[in-house]
Amino acid sequence: MKKRTGIFICHCGINIAGTVDVKSVAAEMAKEPGVAHSVDYVYMCSDPGQNMIEQAIKDKKLDSVVVACCSPNLHETTFRNAAKRAGINSFKCEIANIREQCSWVHKDKGKATHKAAHLTKSAVKKVQKNESLEPISVPVTRKALVIGGGISGIQSALDLAGAGYKVILVERSPSIGGHMSQLSETFPTLDCSQCILTPKMVEVSRHPNIKLMTYSEVQEVTGYVGNFKVKILKKPTYVDPAKCNLCDECTKVCPIVVPNEFDVGLTGRRAIYIPFPQAIPASYTLDDKNCPDPFTTIACGKCADVCKVKAINYDMKPEIIEEEVGAIIVATGFDLYDKENMAEYGYGKYADVLDGLQFERLCSASGPTQGKILRPSDHKEPKEVVFIQCSGSRDPELHCAYCSKICCMYTAKHAMLYKHHVHDGQAYIFYIDVRSGGKGYEEFVQRAVEEDGVIYLRGKVSKIFEENGKIKVWGVDTLSGKPIEIDADMVVLAQAMRPSNGAQELAKKLKLGTDKDGFLAEAHPKLRPVESVTSGMFLAGAAQAPKDIPEAVAQASGAASKAIGILSQERLYHSPTVAKVLKNLCTGCGMCVAVCPYDAIAFKDGKVEVNEVLCEGCGTCSATCLRAAIQVKNLTQNQVQEMILACLGG
Amino acid sequence: MTEEFEPKIVAFLCKWCSSAGSDLAGVSRMEYPANVIPIQVMCSGSVSPLYIFEAFNRGADGVLVSGCHPGDCHYIKGNMYARRKLLLVKKLLEHVGLEPQRFRMSWVSAAEGQKYTQVIKELVKELKPLGPQTKLRRERNG
Repeated sequence: MKKRTGIFICHCGINIAGTVDVKSVAAEMAKEPGVAHSVDYVYMCSDPGQNMIEQAIKDKKLDSVVVACCSPNLHETTFRNAAKRAGINSFKCEIANIREQCSWVHKDKGKATHKAAHLTKSAVKKVQKNESLEPISVPVTRKALVIGGGISGIQSALDLAGAGYKVILVERSPSIGGHMSQLSETFPTLDCSQCILTPKMVEVSRHPNIKLMTYSEVQEVTGYVGNFKVKILKKPTYVDPAKCNLCDECTKVCPIVVPNEFDVGLTGRRAIYIPFPQAIPASYTLDDKNCPDPFTTIACGKCADVCKVKAINYDMKPEIIEEEVGAIIVATGFDLYDKENMAEYGYGKYADVLDGLQFERLCSASGPTQGKILRPSDHKEPKEVVFIQCSGSRDPELHCAYCSKICCMYTAKHAMLYKHHVHDGQAYIFYIDVRSGGKGYEEFVQRAVEEDGVIYLRGKVSKIFEENGKIKVWGVDTLSGKPIEIDADMVVLAQAMRPSNGAQELAKKLKLGTDKDGFLAEAHPKLRPVESVTSGMFLAGAAQAPKDIPEAVAQASGAASKAIGILSQERLYHSPTVAKVLKNLCTGCGMCVAVCPYDAIAFKDGKVEVNEVLCEGCGTCSATCLRAAIQVKNLTQNQVQEMILACLGG
Repeated sequence: MTEEFEPKIVAFLCKWCSSAGSDLAGVSRMEYPANVIPIQVMCSGSVSPLYIFEAFNRGADGVLVSGCHPGDCHYIKGNMYARRKLLLVKKLLEHVGLEPQRFRMSWVSAAEGQKYTQVIKELVKELKPLGPQTKLRRERNG
């Protein structure tokens, strides 16, 4: 039967028509074999434009259409739906990308027009050989996995659980709470961080829909949207949380002391420990990286001896738990930029040079000094404190090129908290710019200056060194042009935020993209900020970019609602452009079976067979088969060869 | 005045990285020569060696295959197969006497509009002095 293809060339205002002679492309396409209709229009994606396509399909009895317009990532769905409404299969519509890949990147009208004609012709050749296909439907596992138990993960888990879905919340450390649990107060309200966080933590532990897995890590994820299979490694805590009554006798006898992560190394903890009093789950963990200590091979057994309820079991083994989920939210958070990288500020060298999180612990009522601000070196009250913003941020030459976003605000908060604790003290802040966009943020910074007399100095610090028990800070005030020298008692660095340690490896396991700085990549920077590039996986919190608590919580709720969008479906639809086997050509050699990244091809009766649900349509099999016996539907070798010819002809 | 030789180049771009990268070049209005006609494939791993021979047979002066960076493949490891296979194709093409510049592989991510532009500019620049590719061209009607 003779083909009847319709061509629709979009002007996109002047976006395309400014560089491509759309009328001549339409006229040239009209001469192509099988083309029954070829027109141009100012905005194909507008309602009249879509109606024009639908009407032409009906009036001219078109059996396929090509729309030459913007990238298929934008309007492919629009035009395929229009084709469907007019009664032809949605796969009988193809897009020729003559905007992003042509009109926007070329200036010479003749050459751009020539290229646009080739692109359109190539799409015509493809569409004329497209099969009519219907989406493959798959069931949905109505359960979600949330990775990371900081505020973002907690919020996502609670939202999902509240909507009635089962959630598995995986956290690698012994307690949920994340960095927010370490904070003293939060800007701009000066709310006590733990007071607003711990109710949510308790809710997580008590919610019937949430299965909390702390001290656990995601090891492997396979499957696809709606049907992921997850392997989770549950590390042994050697303490049975059901028996532990938190008597704290074990830590009194444990002989091993290591730096306390919760206090960012300002204090020590035992090898058996509870991270902080409000930890969820409320139980102790015996850290087997430190017990037994590296010089002994057998645990001393003192903790088990004093444990009256016999909660300690040295024979606990790592377990692999397998779960099935329909959607995954990744909320792996941040870590501070490595202190080793900031040698110029004496960080790690001088005891009284701290990072922001350490200063939070000093301010915190539950911290190592019970909320008294004291120098770690001699436990004296510092009378002059220098805060340095952008420590590692906004420095493309040496450190991180990006702005860590939250430091301007928390430094203002730190300076303010310091003044609230040490009334006769003086706080100085070195800054490049003060970025205080956000509700109540600018007013907060003003309050630090006006009420608490914080001195802001615009400039970078050049050197920090110890002299006569003081920390000398050399810098320059770029507004007055004068060099500044401060004899400080303490220096606090607003370290840059980095993706959390191990986030990169996890991203690889989940097949998530990352950006140039290692943060998880969103599907679209403006319009799809909580979706990842992998369907069914969503991003929340600082894992995606530096952000403060309100933003992290907002994104976490956004991610949860996106996940609910999947979990609330009866079935999901999977693209039908999958591989198919031409049985008469297949010899059963199995090369395609070996290369398939999804194990979607299996042997059957001496030949192979494709599992259409598992197949993602990548086509690696087709490029491997020596006999062209396995092909991806609607992008067969024959179609590609026709497209090559169309690209080169004329 | 003789017109400057304009090489005809076919580019196989994977949908997820390189085609998206070339879209980004468009969105960012980066300019590059119009010699390359892209064909979007799902994965660089789906580019059969036959496609490359076919393109040269049909008169391409150059062929580009571009995919996600090794390790970043949308389909886990398709680009690894592409790399292994296409390196052999490259050797074979050179063995039969084709100039090595005529066939190129590149890794361009969805965030690398600038890199895509650079790859195209370089390719066109390298191919111009070589003139038309006749070694593998099959005569029409023949």
